[in-house]
Amino acid sequence: MTLDELVEAARSLAREGRDLIARASSGDELATARTTLVGRKSGRLTELMKALPALAPDARREAGAAVNRAKEALEAALDAREAELRHTAPAEPRLDLTMPARRTWRGAVHPVTRVIDEIRDIFRELGFTVAVGPEAETEWYNFGALNFPVDHPAMDMHDTLYLSDDTLLRTHTSPVQVRTLQSYPPPVRVIVPGNVYRRDFFDPSHAPMFSQIEGLAVDEGIGFVDLKATLVNFANRFFGRRPTRFRPSYFPFTEPSAELDVQCGVCGGSGCPTCKQTGWVEILGSGMVHPAVLEACGVDSERYTGWAFGMGPARVALSRWGIPDIRLLYDSDVRFLEQLAQ
Amino acid sequence: MNASYAWLKTFVDFDLEPNALRDLLTQRVVTVDEVLPLRPDLAPIVIGRVVECARHPDSDHLSVTKVDAGTGELLDVVCGAPNVRAGKFYPFAPVGTTMPGGMRIERRKIRGAVSAGMLCSARELGLGDEHEGIMELDIEATPGTRFLDVYPVGDTRLVLDVSPSRPDLLSHLGVAREIAAALGKDIRPLIWTGAHDFLGAPSPEQESMTRRLLDELPTAIAGERFDATAIAEAVTTVVGDESGVAASLIDAVRSMPDRPRHKGVTEGNTGNVRVVLEDAEGAPRYCGVVIRGVKIAPSPQWLVDRITSVGGRPINNVVDATNFMLHGFGQPMHAFDVDKLAGSSVIVRRARPGERLVTLDGVERTLNPSTTVIADAERAQALAGIMGGRDSEVTETTTDIFLEVANFDPRATRAARRALGLSTDASYRFERGVDIEWAPFWLSHAVALITSLAGGSAEEDVDLYPEPRTPAPLKLRVARIAQLLGAPITAQETLSLLRAIGFVVEWVPGTEMLHGDQELHVIPPSWRLDIGHEVDLIEEVARLHGYDAFSSELRPFRIGTVPDAPIELVASRLRSVLANAGLYEVRPMPFVSGGEGYVRVRNPLAENEAFLRRAVMESLARRAEHNLSHMQGNIRLFEIGNVFSPSGGRLPHEEVRVGALIMGARRPPHFTEPKPPAFDEWDAKAIAEVIGETAFRGRSFTLVPGEGDTLWEAQLDGRRVGDVTRVRLDAPVWASPAFGIEVALETVASADVAAPGRAAYGREDAARGPAPVTPFRSLPVTPAAEFDLALLVPNDMPAAKVEEVIRRNAGELLERLALFDEFRGAGLPTGMRSVAWRLTFRHPERTLRDKEVSGRREKLLRALEEELGVRQRTA
Ligand SMILES: [Zn+2]
Repeated sequence: MTLDELVEAARSLAREGRDLIARASSGDELATARTTLVGRKSGRLTELMKALPALAPDARREAGAAVNRAKEALEAALDAREAELRHTAPAEPRLDLTMPARRTWRGAVHPVTRVIDEIRDIFRELGFTVAVGPEAETEWYNFGALNFPVDHPAMDMHDTLYLSDDTLLRTHTSPVQVRTLQSYPPPVRVIVPGNVYRRDFFDPSHAPMFSQIEGLAVDEGIGFVDLKATLVNFANRFFGRRPTRFRPSYFPFTEPSAELDVQCGVCGGSGCPTCKQTGWVEILGSGMVHPAVLEACGVDSERYTGWAFGMGPARVALSRWGIPDIRLLYDSDVRFLEQLAQ
Repeated sequence: MNASYAWLKTFVDFDLEPNALRDLLTQRVVTVDEVLPLRPDLAPIVIGRVVECARHPDSDHLSVTKVDAGTGELLDVVCGAPNVRAGKFYPFAPVGTTMPGGMRIERRKIRGAVSAGMLCSARELGLGDEHEGIMELDIEATPGTRFLDVYPVGDTRLVLDVSPSRPDLLSHLGVAREIAAALGKDIRPLIWTGAHDFLGAPSPEQESMTRRLLDELPTAIAGERFDATAIAEAVTTVVGDESGVAASLIDAVRSMPDRPRHKGVTEGNTGNVRVVLEDAEGAPRYCGVVIRGVKIAPSPQWLVDRITSVGGRPINNVVDATNFMLHGFGQPMHAFDVDKLAGSSVIVRRARPGERLVTLDGVERTLNPSTTVIADAERAQALAGIMGGRDSEVTETTTDIFLEVANFDPRATRAARRALGLSTDASYRFERGVDIEWAPFWLSHAVALITSLAGGSAEEDVDLYPEPRTPAPLKLRVARIAQLLGAPITAQETLSLLRAIGFVVEWVPGTEMLHGDQELHVIPPSWRLDIGHEVDLIEEVARLHGYDAFSSELRPFRIGTVPDAPIELVASRLRSVLANAGLYEVRPMPFVSGGEGYVRVRNPLAENEAFLRRAVMESLARRAEHNLSHMQGNIRLFEIGNVFSPSGGRLPHEEVRVGALIMGARRPPHFTEPKPPAFDEWDAKAIAEVIGETAFRGRSFTLVPGEGDTLWEAQLDGRRVGDVTRVRLDAPVWASPAFGIEVALETVASADVAAPGRAAYGREDAARGPAPVTPFRSLPVTPAAEFDLALLVPNDMPAAKVEEVIRRNAGELLERLALFDEFRGAGLPTGMRSVAWRLTFRHPERTLRDKEVSGRREKLLRALEEELGVRQRTA
């Protein structure tokens, strides 16, 4: 045989061998194929190797490499088919494929975190970044800078856990507004998630610690219309395209203040126990940042204006999943967490 | 605040149904929490239609009817009314109804005929005295409809959520003012408002005169030409007088000089009672009047209805009249029995140290010297603005009363209320602020009311107001309104919006001609104690313009200067990594039993949880126990939360940490592995490593073996940041061991950023950039050579030490070193274990020769023997 003939023979052997191997449907057939193809004594590969010495040294090297490639290919194919056949050995019964998969444990982020993340992601798209701050605060950051009148009934809305005369566990995330405005010049657009504390005993709708998320936008030329536009945009994305309404409210640190309602998703606005027959469900408080707050943060309130809002993700979680008691969110009962992870 | 729908209607003529009124108030003024029909006893009554009607066989006055009450079947009902007719609608009480009179409707037989329910007369429903027949309803309604839905009877209560900033809305008058403004109507003249029941309907002339008076009053007040007593006297006269007194009254108001007769005056008489205002700080204004010869009796029905409509309890005509004034006009009042006042004196002073008073609720209270009291010549008789005393209470035998109509200081009232733990309708209003200017006006109103109810005659009243207040006009820039709201509102609209709710608004001369620089001068009415700044006015303008009238179109904005908080990004990553690792995030409370070395809450909710946790694990351990108590043994929890420790400074040291607790089965059971092994130290170590890799990318995070229950200390760049521990729980015997991982992520910066009123910009933020990475290496083109080393290692020799020797001696071609087996027990020398490593070598350019590989092996074994005395395990 010439060099070319030998190389071609090696190629076609590899090709035919692969077909033969693929057709082998049992261990025995595969053993026969192995002997036929690469058997040491009379296999077809051995036959080819026997032709090698007849070639000139250069050609021999080249042909040898071709024969070697064929050998490696055939042996790999034989091994692979053998492994396959072993797994589908006819002696073994067919798998019962209705049986369950082998899973790893499922975990989940907390339902309240999921709500916070959704809110945060929507505001991220609207140009907000995330700011955080301490939970143990001074009275000035928590109340003074936020225009709370000293010794006024407004304080009754924030029953406070004190650490000392002038330090406390923050009653809202708004101190972070102050810290942020003191640290960065306008324009400021931040969203602030965090835990807040109130001296409220546990009951189905109150907890002494709960999460809050608030947003703040301060710049030149920001008006109440921007507050409205941003929050309506948010509400439409977060709750779906349900009608919204703003109504007057009061917070010491915003003016004008407004609360945002969305139409009750349970009754569609006709009134039901969920919405106390009003057809509306309150979702957040908001308002234009009070000039006194801007001034407390060293921001020129004649030049800059801003708006802020705050909402309770736990309340959203309660209504979203129909959870009757807020304590379930904090009990860390794995049965609850597992159920809500589904 | 409870408001009565019917009461509001006496102030302003509107025809909104209660629900429509609720929506109007909620959108413009104050949120209405609830709308409660005040005849809930009629709730079970439905509309019934008589389908058939026949004579009762055994009676000549009874009828046997078939009634459709919407139940799907016709009910047999026996009726005794002469006017019952087929085809007509009547109120129907189904079986089970308790009637307003207390009778319960049962299924029963009347002269042999079954009766399942009752057709009702007006009297049976408590709707009047008509009992000659049943109440024929002139309506077309589906049988079974609630009677109250088609035939609104009884008053409706609106529960208002009045914010602390709007005390003026704590009365029917205040709410009615807003309703009138919203509907573009006038408020009814105050003379008759809410009290026309006893004064009779006004004549058109009286109406118009008083309306003029009302229009003039705010201006009069603003101009400091207001002498309340004079007005009050004059207005009282107006009631029965149609001769133009009001017109002359207005003239009188206009020509009134400053209030000289008030300034500095702190004493006066009414009848024989001497009134002394010693504590003008606690009581800036104190008015009073003696009414002689009253006859204490139950109130008439109209007044009883008013009091009960807001949830009050009728007591007697005088007390009910004062409560009527409180709820109707927002002015708390108190009536004393003059005969019980020693020395016929009323002294407004601070309490004496240790002074005692038995209040109306029968409780004896020891007073604090900062509390303002109303005393007679001997002792305290009432807590100013909070509650009267029992000894001077008005009783059936009272004939002469001293009626107090005062204004008490909000802060002082609040302090006293808190100190005494006693909150009342009066203290609630004084704490928030009561209109000081109108006190004498309400006094004369109350006198008219009381004398009409209880007879008697009033002495000349006393009005002590030693430091009259002067309202300060506010500047309102039209351009500022546009700046804050983002939409222009014209000066003209602003002016009319504010005037509609009683503000005095004037153009500032000269500015209105210059476009964009218009200014208004605004004087808020005396009842709007919340208005002190321009922005307060802008809120009013926005609210009255209507929040819903503003555009909600997104506008372009500038990107902010604040970068994302780094901890937020780390926490987000950790949450998803740990959740994917099979753990549940939890959000437990941070309160613990604590003790020395913990931060204490000064006013904790519970004494046994008075401290803040120092470690997340304290919460997680308690949560794990909670789960174990529910027979849940597979617990995998994590939390990213804050911990606190005393810092020596003002605020505690606060850290954000991630903590995880695992116990129970390592995997869910599967039919291939029905009893999976429990979590052990190595699972905990893995979680710690994953936390380190996720939270501290590109930094050196190591786990150093620890002592006792501390399995490993976690170190970041050589500094301890956390640990992996065996967690000791209060656990049942069946529970698996628990392991905890806790790592500090960040110290919270809680120092003041800058002084109040200042900013501190330009602080360097940690340049974030991409995290350091290991650069790409070419994929191998040459084959690797591998061999295993099974070594006999003393039990007390760390594997890490062996690895260190191996790495040092294996040469640079060692690609991978993996500890893959450990064996202890039979066949090994005492004190020894067998540990096996797989070593992988690779030359980047060529295949390693067998001899080279075995050479390395020999060299390694020699080095191990020499340096550590460690040998290969044989056989
Ligand atoms: Zn609803």
